[in-house]
Amino acid sequence: MPSPLLEVDHLRVEFLGRSGRLLALDDVSFSIAPGEILGVVGESGAGKSLTGASIIGLLDPPGRIVGGEIRFDGARIDNLPYEQMRKVRGRHIGAIFQDPLTSLDPLYTVGQQLIETIQTHLSLGAADARRRAVRLLQETGIPAAEERLEQYPHQFSGGMRQRVVIALALAGEPRLIVADEPTTALDVSIQAQIISLLKRLCKEHGAAVMLVTHDMGVIAETCDRVAVMYAGRIVEIGPVASVIHAPAHPYTVGLMGSIPAMDEDRARLLQIDGAMPRLDAIPSGCAFNPRCPHAFEPCTTLRPELMAAGATRAACWLHAPAMRAAA
Amino acid sequence: MTLPLVQVEGLAKTFDVSLPWLNRVAERKPRQFVHAVDDVGFQIARGRTLALVGESGCGKSTVARLLVGLYAPTRGRVVYDGVEAGATRRPASIRRRMQMIFQDPYASLNPRWKVKDIVAEPLREHGAAGGAAAANSRDAKRSIVVRVGELLASVGLAQVDAEKFPHQFSGGQRQRISIARALATEPEFLVCDEPTSALDVSVQAQVLNIMKDLQTKRGLTYLFISHNLAVVRHVADEVGVMYLGRIVELADKATLFARPRHPYTRMLLDAIPDIHMSGRSRTPVHGEVPNPLQPPPGCTFNPRCPHANERCRIERPALLALDRVRVACHAVEERRI
Repeated sequence: MPSPLLEVDHLRVEFLGRSGRLLALDDVSFSIAPGEILGVVGESGAGKSLTGASIIGLLDPPGRIVGGEIRFDGARIDNLPYEQMRKVRGRHIGAIFQDPLTSLDPLYTVGQQLIETIQTHLSLGAADARRRAVRLLQETGIPAAEERLEQYPHQFSGGMRQRVVIALALAGEPRLIVADEPTTALDVSIQAQIISLLKRLCKEHGAAVMLVTHDMGVIAETCDRVAVMYAGRIVEIGPVASVIHAPAHPYTVGLMGSIPAMDEDRARLLQIDGAMPRLDAIPSGCAFNPRCPHAFEPCTTLRPELMAAGATRAACWLHAPAMRAAA
Repeated sequence: MTLPLVQVEGLAKTFDVSLPWLNRVAERKPRQFVHAVDDVGFQIARGRTLALVGESGCGKSTVARLLVGLYAPTRGRVVYDGVEAGATRRPASIRRRMQMIFQDPYASLNPRWKVKDIVAEPLREHGAAGGAAAANSRDAKRSIVVRVGELLASVGLAQVDAEKFPHQFSGGQRQRISIARALATEPEFLVCDEPTSALDVSVQAQVLNIMKDLQTKRGLTYLFISHNLAVVRHVADEVGVMYLGRIVELADKATLFARPRHPYTRMLLDAIPDIHMSGRSRTPVHGEVPNPLQPPPGCTFNPRCPHANERCRIERPALLALDRVRVACHAVEERRI
């Protein structure tokens, strides 16, 4: 087993608000191997985007890391000063965000933005940087790359803009890309193009990907492993096929059952009653216990950590034989 | 054969997107129009669900708004239960029988109103509880309170929720309030414009289940607008696929999903990620939806279509009936595919 490229170790992120402290990420741990694609899935407010933002060092105040470590290639990056983190971001860790329009500067041409990014991270002359920019645009499937370099973001369609954003993320030859909902703002037909592009390019460039999304379909066709988040914690993590076909955590079971499927007819969708708790009212014990059909005695008092559950690891007392025997 | 509840014939809506007069004169630019909806026709039988599916900008939401009278059609007509519904300013007798549920549950509820007022507004407007004349009497007020309670209960909310404001609810709960409001006048026909697109999947499942239960209980007829084929497959009886303002294929759900005919439908189906086929890579659709200001001549799908020939680039295909399916495609008509 190769040493992991990225290690997130007991990460805790807190928001200090008028009403007190809100723990938005609570003891999140996972790792990504070089070249691996890890999916992070969950519903709004589960903390998946926050995890991504913590890794690239773009956590917005008042959010701050209050515990744990993030290590990239063995070195801590969570406590780097801003200027040093700027050098890591883009050069070693690339980022792709949901909305391609807001991640591009409307006042500069696509070429200016690409060339600036390339020259910030790689020591290339103007002509070389320009050549590289053209090649990046070609690689992302943008026709007439030479001319497109002189155009402004508003002259690109949504799908084309997201290609530019991918080119920007790849500009510094990073070894990890954090992609936060990269296809959510796109139509299905464009979504398929972007996903296959992202997959192909990361393979060619040898970059690992942390793909944050709420779309299980995108996860299924893209990722090697997947982490399911709920109320600021990872509730299940494992190989993508196991999590989808044999989920171990009741929340994952519910999540999978609530997705309308294309290949089977169901009169009703499985539904998880209720909604995810607010951060200021997370239940004690397992955060999922009020909605869980299998909750038993320890669930309301003791918080489960990730434990082996079949082919995956799940944070659920159902998979602790001792607890079940006692109940 | 019974009369369909909703009949739409040759519906078209054109928006004027010209520059202001001064700019047009100064820059010698012509007037510009977008044909958002062009010659759309369909029927929905009582108690059935027709889903319209398509990518952004294909005109599906415009159809929804034309149907309920929020837009006046440029051409064509909507016949509701055998009566011509008229453009806008429809009589209350028709308005109360069709209601709409909007996509964004954050924008479609008045943040300054309590839930009881939101849900009661259609009741007061249409005098549905005890007649308009008596709307202010004590009896009428009491019956409105009772009715609001019933409506909230029917979508799984509690009586106490009536006293709250919309911001106190989650997205899924707000969409239930929208449904309760839409049901207030006891309509037979609901136009649902992307009702679950803003919701998380587990909450989407709750809302879709409620909508299905209500349909069974009250015999509702739905026009369901969505871009999500999996959701459409779950809720619809019939499906219309739209592309650049036109219906390109209209068929019952089983046929459409088992044997899609139009090349665009096939591409859409190929493009969906399928969670149960882990590892399968989908076939990406080539190209993008063209600019609706300058749609390509002939079949508007021809630049992206692998089966396009000379005829497709010149002549616009009509929606033809072809063994139980209606398709607008020369290649299908000529049996080339």
